[in-house]
Amino acid sequence: MADTRTPPDTEAEEPGTTTGSPSVRPAGQANPRRTRTKATAGSGWTAALLVSPTLLVLSIVVLYPTLMALRESLYGVKGLDPTTGFIRTTEPFVGLENYSQIFGAAGDRFWNAFWNTTFFTVVTVGLETVIGVAMALIMHKAFRGRALVRAGILVPWAVPTAISALLWRWIFHSDGVANALIGHQILWTTEGFHAKVAVIVAEVWKTAPFIGLLVLAGLQVIPNEVYEAARIDGAGALRRFWHITLPLVKPALLVAVLFRCMDALRMFDLPYILIGAQKNSVETLSMLAQHEASNVRFGPASAYAVLLFLYVFLIAFAFVRLLGTDLVGGTERSSSPGRTRRRRFAALRRAEVAA
Amino acid sequence: MTTTARWRNRLLYVGVVAVVAYCLAPFYWMLVSSLRRSSDIFDTSLFPSTVSFENYRAAFDPSQGFTKALLNSLIVAGITTALALLLATCTAYAMARLDFRFKRLILTLIIATSMFPVVSIVVPLLKLFTDIGWINTYQAMIVPSMSFALPLAVWNLTTFFRQMPDELEHAAMIDGCTRGQAFRKVIIPLAAPGIFTTAIITFIAAWNEFLIALSMTNKPGMQTAPVAMSKFAGATQFETPFGSQMAAGVLVTVPLVVVVLLFQRRIVAGLTAGAAK
Repeated sequence: MADTRTPPDTEAEEPGTTTGSPSVRPAGQANPRRTRTKATAGSGWTAALLVSPTLLVLSIVVLYPTLMALRESLYGVKGLDPTTGFIRTTEPFVGLENYSQIFGAAGDRFWNAFWNTTFFTVVTVGLETVIGVAMALIMHKAFRGRALVRAGILVPWAVPTAISALLWRWIFHSDGVANALIGHQILWTTEGFHAKVAVIVAEVWKTAPFIGLLVLAGLQVIPNEVYEAARIDGAGALRRFWHITLPLVKPALLVAVLFRCMDALRMFDLPYILIGAQKNSVETLSMLAQHEASNVRFGPASAYAVLLFLYVFLIAFAFVRLLGTDLVGGTERSSSPGRTRRRRFAALRRAEVAA
Repeated sequence: MTTTARWRNRLLYVGVVAVVAYCLAPFYWMLVSSLRRSSDIFDTSLFPSTVSFENYRAAFDPSQGFTKALLNSLIVAGITTALALLLATCTAYAMARLDFRFKRLILTLIIATSMFPVVSIVVPLLKLFTDIGWINTYQAMIVPSMSFALPLAVWNLTTFFRQMPDELEHAAMIDGCTRGQAFRKVIIPLAAPGIFTTAIITFIAAWNEFLIALSMTNKPGMQTAPVAMSKFAGATQFETPFGSQMAAGVLVTVPLVVVVLLFQRRIVAGLTAGAAK
């Protein structure tokens, strides 16, 4: 009799405990808590059914184009065939010629775009991080005006990049307000270093608040006791910031910086609208590839796109390698309170050691 | 209150004002400029001497095609958001609730796709769409937009579903629901705020898109609002119509800003979901 009176909820869990748990643990998850079966743990078939549409669409819009770009980059341009003198209707296979062009004859333009992209990424992300952290610290402290500040910093985020480019072009106009403020005539939106400065100012305005937001979220989970302990130990404000705040918000900050880097590396709208297409001083790799493609030179365009893709991939890979794989799997932890507690504890200990 | 504390308070106040000013000043400038008369567009006073809606009329001048562009933007961003949400809800539910092999790997891959340089998918798709005659169609803009909208929606919704206790479905299933029914009747209604927030964030991302819309269209009638605005023509070739550009910019941005301010708490939760935990 006792056997048949099994409560229904254990039955509901049954399929999970038998079929679910062997596959529950992704490699490297040693925490025994994770093996606790979820209420709805179930067959892989349901999962496959639910996940496959997304994977299918992403393969069509991301994987397939990427492979096509790789193939396309080995083909040349339609037009006159130099050997026969006839007009070709198909694109000739040229092997790695597009790439050798990029590193040879067309090298100046490529390297210029490459350095511009790198320069923009390093400078804007650096400035955004500093300004964003400062903003987060102010917001975290300001109890009264917090809602106001938070509403305020969402505004630059909500303005479309293309519109913000137009807005800054207007501000940086030769008769614009930027020149009126500094009382100096600078032709910001013409070729030259000013153009770079204009792009950087506009980009930082738009995205520093975003970093501020993410860092603020990181600050809010730091328990107050850590600061109290440090204060009792006689640590000054600067030391507390350097040895407690910074290490503890590091995970949030790193995610923010990674995402900003990826975004800055593919920068397009801002320099394209603010300064213009084919402007040497601000041309980025994205602009270069888009320009080639819009002139129906798909082969060279694809080669540029492939190189940009590799560059982005390399930076992302280096990031994840240097800083641990935790970056992307971030949400995995949130489902298990035990892990979060342990992590916070580890962070606390780290802070103690540092202080 | 000690003097140092009072000073610290004042300093904080200055900081708050500085942050708000930094964020809002350029936006304010757009608003003010859009309300100036075209004769005093180059004024640098803080308020327009005469408030005029001349620039707004100019933005809606039929020759600019701005009304059609707004409609195009709505269609493209709207359909992109709807499709992305539909697919992402299923996937995110599986990610949050079911246990299966390669889950971590799949989630990592989906998030990684959102880091792709858009141009490296635009170039091959541009060639493909040229071949199959899709240039100047809505689908030519919607399909590539899925590359960033879908990962964004999956990522956001997964976090939202994870925050909901397992016990809810558990209870529904004890009461005789299948998992599918539990999902439809219990989870979806309860997750509605999360889905709504995700929809806003995805819509804003799709609404802000420029590179795809620029590359896939060459007919003015098919361009989205940001592209059309960047091509606004002045009276002469050498004149940029800043006034009507600012007016159009206000019109394109203000609805977003209003929505963002109304739902700021939720949007902040959505945006910071991945980073803080």
